[in-house]
Amino acid sequence: MDFFADPHPTHEVLREAGPVVYLDKWSVYAVARYAEVHAVLNDPATFCSSRGVGLSDFAREKPWRPQSLILEADPPAHTRTRAVLNKVLSPAVMKQLRDGFAAAADAKVDELLERRSFDAVADLAEAYPLSVFPDAMGLQKEGRENLLPYAGLVFNAFGPPNQLRQDAIERSAPHQAYVAAQCQRDNLAPGGFGACIHARVDTGDITADEAPLLVRSLLSAGLDTTVNGIGAAVYCLARYPQEFARLRSDLSLARNAFEEAVRYESPVQTFFRTTTRDVEISGCRVGEGEKVLMFLAAANRDPRRWADPERYDITRKTSGHVGFGSGIHMCVGQLVARLEGEVMLSALARKVAAIEITGEVKRRYNNTLRGLESLPVTFTPA
Amino acid sequence: MPSITFIHHDDHAETVSANDGDSAMYTALLHGIDGITGECGGGAVCATCHVYVDDSWLGKVGTVGADEDELLEGVASERLPNSRLSCQIKITEALDGLVLRLPERQV
Repeated sequence: MDFFADPHPTHEVLREAGPVVYLDKWSVYAVARYAEVHAVLNDPATFCSSRGVGLSDFAREKPWRPQSLILEADPPAHTRTRAVLNKVLSPAVMKQLRDGFAAAADAKVDELLERRSFDAVADLAEAYPLSVFPDAMGLQKEGRENLLPYAGLVFNAFGPPNQLRQDAIERSAPHQAYVAAQCQRDNLAPGGFGACIHARVDTGDITADEAPLLVRSLLSAGLDTTVNGIGAAVYCLARYPQEFARLRSDLSLARNAFEEAVRYESPVQTFFRTTTRDVEISGCRVGEGEKVLMFLAAANRDPRRWADPERYDITRKTSGHVGFGSGIHMCVGQLVARLEGEVMLSALARKVAAIEITGEVKRRYNNTLRGLESLPVTFTPA
Repeated sequence: MPSITFIHHDDHAETVSANDGDSAMYTALLHGIDGITGECGGGAVCATCHVYVDDSWLGKVGTVGADEDELLEGVASERLPNSRLSCQIKITEALDGLVLRLPERQV
């Protein structure tokens, strides 16, 4: 748990140990420097996803749930399902959503300004995505409280067979049942992301059996990650008031301020790949069938790639960070995440003069996600 | 090395050299050209590397693919007949001197 509380010293040790390190405890290779993480992400033929992107190797162990058709798939199968989700979550769709998402962010910040003091995790970072994303998916009103526990389970399950993973899986039956039901066509409202995925069955792009699993991918990955991304951004702006002041003086920085928070805090810390052949990574030989752990967060603060990486700088040129991954598996919901992040930071910058941390900041522990359990703050109105 | 000239919305121009085989977007990011965002890193999903190809080069940059065509519908600034996503323009010696104009905004 010390590692989860502050992973950065360990990340530095891993980066400085060499371009590739071997972790005896779990018998995996790991890369923590930017160059190697980026290279592994961008060579899907050598570093495959179909054997699982967690520690578990699907060639040796049965997955805990039916395999994802997009995250845990390689080309050409991945290419087809990815194309479907790209269209469902396209820039043109984001344009249609923008005004509604922005209005909801404004309303949320107005409500929080009335209260002045609140928990920025439960009342903002969780409450805002929960106020827009399930409706955009087309989910029914009942049972939405299962969404965050389900996502927490998915991201814990990528990790090793530790207590976090075991507890999450043991408690998961109701969350799994809820999600499985919500993935069915009849339960999804017309016009939402879910219905749009099912509509692709009619055009022949996917089969009726594939559609629910693709809906499941959005339910797994579309909420908890944005919660942690928005939480990271608010936590950054609260800790770095000069950066918040810069944002307040130039609202066009909102999108980049969110992007920089994703680099700086890396809400998704790690993913694995499995080698499909013997390969050399920066001079280190790795055999076929080996798990390779990528420390995205360490790459995002690698001084070989980033000037002053420990600094949260909202004007930094963030392109190339691996907080959303890179290459063919790069986060399919990145446009939704950025839209939510941007409109929320823009609302904060327009309406709030100062964000003060007024209580104990508590971490939430998860094998893959990095975020907070609690962030007590007080807002001063602008 | 082929050179590319990016003309910003305020008409100031920057000329940079490109590696053969890189995309125009990647070249812009490598040289820190403001006005090309390229959020998705070249995966053809974000439409934030929109450019207007100078008319004299339109015939040489190839045609708009089906996926690119759909993405261009979502660009932040107006789509024009010479609109392209710069991640889909692959630089070769034949494009030496290419002129790309940048839109007012990308997001």
